[in-house]
Amino acid sequence: MVVVGSGPGGLQTAYSLGRTGIPRCAFISRDSAPGGMFRRFPLYQRLISWTKPDAPFERGTREYEWYDHNSLVGNEREHQALVPEFMDRAFDVPARSEMEAALVEFATRGDVRVRYECEWLGTRRDDGGFVLETSDGEYRCRVCVFAIGVTDPWVPPIPGLEAVPHYVAASAPEHYQGKSVFIVGKRNSGFELAQGLLPWARRIVLGSPRPVDVAMLAFSPLSIRYLSPYTEHIRGGTGSYVVDAAIERVERHLDGYRIHASGTTWEGKLELESDEVIAATGFRAPVLDLPTLGVAMVNDGRMPAQTPYWESVSVPGIFFAGNVMQASPGLRKHGATSSSGSVNGYRYNARVLAQHIAEKHFGIRRERPTLDGDEVVPFLLGELARAPELWTQKGYLARVVDLDEADGFRDAGIVPLADFVDREGDACAVAVEYDADGTIIPVVYVRRGGHLLEHALPPHPLHMFDTEEHRQQLATSLAPLRPTTVSARS
Amino acid sequence: MEASTANYVETLARLSLFADLTHPQLEALAHSFGEEVFAEGQRVIRQDMTGGGFYVILDGEAKVVIDGQERARLSRGDFFGELSLLTDEPPAADVIATSLLRCMIIPDNELKAFLLRQPSVMYRMLQIEARRLRAANVWTG
Repeated sequence: MVVVGSGPGGLQTAYSLGRTGIPRCAFISRDSAPGGMFRRFPLYQRLISWTKPDAPFERGTREYEWYDHNSLVGNEREHQALVPEFMDRAFDVPARSEMEAALVEFATRGDVRVRYECEWLGTRRDDGGFVLETSDGEYRCRVCVFAIGVTDPWVPPIPGLEAVPHYVAASAPEHYQGKSVFIVGKRNSGFELAQGLLPWARRIVLGSPRPVDVAMLAFSPLSIRYLSPYTEHIRGGTGSYVVDAAIERVERHLDGYRIHASGTTWEGKLELESDEVIAATGFRAPVLDLPTLGVAMVNDGRMPAQTPYWESVSVPGIFFAGNVMQASPGLRKHGATSSSGSVNGYRYNARVLAQHIAEKHFGIRRERPTLDGDEVVPFLLGELARAPELWTQKGYLARVVDLDEADGFRDAGIVPLADFVDREGDACAVAVEYDADGTIIPVVYVRRGGHLLEHALPPHPLHMFDTEEHRQQLATSLAPLRPTTVSARS
Repeated sequence: MEASTANYVETLARLSLFADLTHPQLEALAHSFGEEVFAEGQRVIRQDMTGGGFYVILDGEAKVVIDGQERARLSRGDFFGELSLLTDEPPAADVIATSLLRCMIIPDNELKAFLLRQPSVMYRMLQIEARRLRAANVWTG
């Protein structure tokens, strides 16, 4: 099989696949070194995701991963928790260069052997599999994983917008000194620019159709970037404006630009002069010819549509890893989305994906340790309280315990929750989720005789999900599975 | 699938549910609520499971299944999931894709605010619900 890409998604997938026992895996990348997007972005050099160098758990433990949202996850101590080793602690989130250094180190220590400067150029079907045409010859495979990032500039079809620089081509902050800047877009990259330009620009306006979701913003990791320019606008402060408007066209003239827009949350038109315009309109996955192969796309053609196991919904055998996994949203219970768009989420997806591919396509069945009947409750309680997979991938990943008539309970590992609820066979699973009010709760699922039961356990003010009350409620929830075990053992 | 090549805003503009929205309102809708594509055979909403959403079919087909029995077929322009959200109960049916299925999704916790902001969409939704109710009450025996 072949994995394309050497960013964090590609490296984690390659690392995890390389340890499944699949005999022939090729890892290729057009880049000259590991790191992917972190070799260049974020443009203004500071990440938004937290790594806490000192935490209640030792670096290298599974529990510590919860406090470190940027390191890739290894099977051995020396491959674990590498980002804090490079952080100078000048800020609570790492710098781009620190992240890049940690990724290079992970590839080195983890012996992830990527063929660099080998660019994927095209794809075709061949004899039940695929052929990847590259700058270094053809690769034939039954299964391929594309960890190609979501880094190609995407610009909506607005007249004139194609002529303004995209985020990726924005200049250094000092270029904007004393200028008025209109930023089209107010998501992550738009606010990153706005914050970076606050000390330099004369006036900053961010405009896009969708209003900023204040309730979401307060709890989002993006708040680290959003808050300064946005609160400046809300307070009626000077020099920073956030406008809900559909941009109709952008006209270039000798001294700058004129932006024509219509209000979306207010009625009226807006015409605005600006020295500079930057399109922070987002990105697309560089999927090359995959759509012509039949790969269905979503999000205005920007990302491939995927199953809960990140396989193309329309072309079996083509999988995706890394940031683009966010296009597989899971159950969306109460509107919650996964963390698959960031390293802390997709590093776990990549592990799950590697095991899934090994089992489904190569017949390499992963170990499923047995559990005594009285071990199940404490095991699942411990997972609810501390499993970093469940806490970072809330509502997406679940810990599953299968029940087999012949040999009792078995730990079936971490799997996508959407897969668990649609499967058959007696089993139970636990997940950490948001309820309808946005409160974090533990949830237990029990599948018995073809019926699925769902039990929400109580929240806890300190998120301690291993209290006596939780133990009792979990045990009660699992009761439908217990008579079988007893009879199987008698 | 046609919707895979058409601009998302244009795809939404063609649906009768959103026929009264202005272009800026359609743009805001497209920016606020994303789309999802389901493989044939994949479940979209699940009977008795909490936390559904409001789904509008942009392309493809689906079946409505209650307790294992198929009850209806859905296609482009149809919507589902709203009864569960309006009554605050888990869905009473499975909806399963019978082809590659492309939907726009409004999460459960955002539907009410959206409908109150866009009463024309709520009115068109009511009209369709009324037709469904009348069809369900027709004596076919």
